[in-house]
Amino acid sequence: MTLSVKPAGDAAGLQLVDLSTSSVRELNAALHALGPDTNQTLWKVAHPNGRHAIAAGLDAAIDIEIDGPVGYYCAGMNKHGRVVINGNAGVGVGENMMSGFIHVKGDASQSAGATAHGGLLVIDGNASARCGISMKGIDIVVKGSVGHLSAFMGQAGSLVVLGDAGEALGDSLYEAKLFVRGKVAGLGADCIEKEIRDEHKALLASKLDAAGILGEVDIGEFRRYGSARTLYHFHVDNVSSY
Amino acid sequence: MCGIVGLFIKDPKLEPQLGALLAEMLDVMCDRGPDSAGFAVYGSGKDGTVKLTLRGPAGTDFAAIGAALGHEVAPRDTHAVLTVPAAAEADVRTALKSRFPAIDVISTGARMELYKEVGLPADVAKRFKLETMSGTHAIGHTRMATESAVTTDGAHPFSTGADQCLVHNGSLSNHAGLRRRLEREGLHLATENDSEVAAAYLTYRMREGDTLGEALEHSLGDLDGFYTFVVGTESGFGVLRDPIACKPAVMAETDQYVAFGSEYRALAGLPGIENARVFEPEPAKVYFWDRAA
Repeated sequence: MTLSVKPAGDAAGLQLVDLSTSSVRELNAALHALGPDTNQTLWKVAHPNGRHAIAAGLDAAIDIEIDGPVGYYCAGMNKHGRVVINGNAGVGVGENMMSGFIHVKGDASQSAGATAHGGLLVIDGNASARCGISMKGIDIVVKGSVGHLSAFMGQAGSLVVLGDAGEALGDSLYEAKLFVRGKVAGLGADCIEKEIRDEHKALLASKLDAAGILGEVDIGEFRRYGSARTLYHFHVDNVSSY
Repeated sequence: MCGIVGLFIKDPKLEPQLGALLAEMLDVMCDRGPDSAGFAVYGSGKDGTVKLTLRGPAGTDFAAIGAALGHEVAPRDTHAVLTVPAAAEADVRTALKSRFPAIDVISTGARMELYKEVGLPADVAKRFKLETMSGTHAIGHTRMATESAVTTDGAHPFSTGADQCLVHNGSLSNHAGLRRRLEREGLHLATENDSEVAAAYLTYRMREGDTLGEALEHSLGDLDGFYTFVVGTESGFGVLRDPIACKPAVMAETDQYVAFGSEYRALAGLPGIENARVFEPEPAKVYFWDRAA
């Protein structure tokens, strides 16, 4: 192992990795080698410079703080880890996350949280196109706006957007729950606005709470969108088409 | 896949570093397009003259060609820039065609020079000594070929008008029909490449009176397929992504420059990047910076 990890003096278990001297492969190999009972629970990554796949494939309940912008698939497939990115994230941040927490303190590019099964992804800025595409249980909270085709074919989980949503929101949606506070440029096929009842307000409040912003925004300003359920149910009238 | 980089300098103090900065950006994008590379640099120009970028077989004695034609020539590897009085351009082209048939004129313009070759982009940049070039703006491309063969002719940028060039990441689906239409309008296309059709389309629109910004707006209706374009003119620099935003793009702006990269990695070495406004250009939205404005 050529990884130069510097244990810091002031905090036991703090690991510092500088990606200007270590490779992403070395960092990820070190992270993958951690067992469930590791005491190396706090990691800081310097000089990410937009490199791809940083901290992808985590499977340990550790905290990682990445100091700068990251490239594609940062913290993809994350399980249990808590990852904070002090900068923008490239395509597919948190793709296929299973559990844990990812906090992007800047903007996220396309396909943030794509196909993810669980955990919480919080984006302080905007997310571009296809945010939460094919989401399968993840909760995503975007404090800015999301681009076109967000939550496309979303199956489960929730997408909460404090700003606006682009064209074709929730196209071909299954059962993911969508809440948007701002304007929606257009709804995709089979996505409709739905009544927001008390149980939905409670659900929304729980997601805002998890993201640490409960009380900062008025829940009454959100509108709820979901599936009309006409696309994914079998219709006997169409039997000859199958 | 392909990689695109572009740099538009606002602060004249940075102009001597244009080539060095672009070379570093191009180097980082090698793994998006290792087949071939090219770049266009908008450098100095003299009133009343045009710069013809020539390309010849390896070992071409460009100095002899310049001497034979009686014009100033600046060779760089397989390319050379021939500076001629604007009024003499047509005669020089005729003379080149008859006396030096192995030489191609790949671009013309008051300030633009264009270089492209097959090979790893980092090596291509070194062969042409990109790092020594200065200027106001430049665009570059690293190619992973999809729609046509890996040849020098198929490398980007494409130039179909004076001081105009285009680089493209994506592929167009209606290029054959559009090519026929443009050829009827009198445009000359040198290759079978779909990206050259996009370049020629913009040249055509600007010939009909469009600004670069207007030409890019029109291309949203007339070009079908997926694309991220970066386009250069003598004074400007434009960016357009298709409405689906198939291909990646990220931009950074400071008081000193506007920069474009297919990925943030390409911008990570620019001066002051940590305080730049970094943003993803929106789909179907024309972005345009002009020195005259």
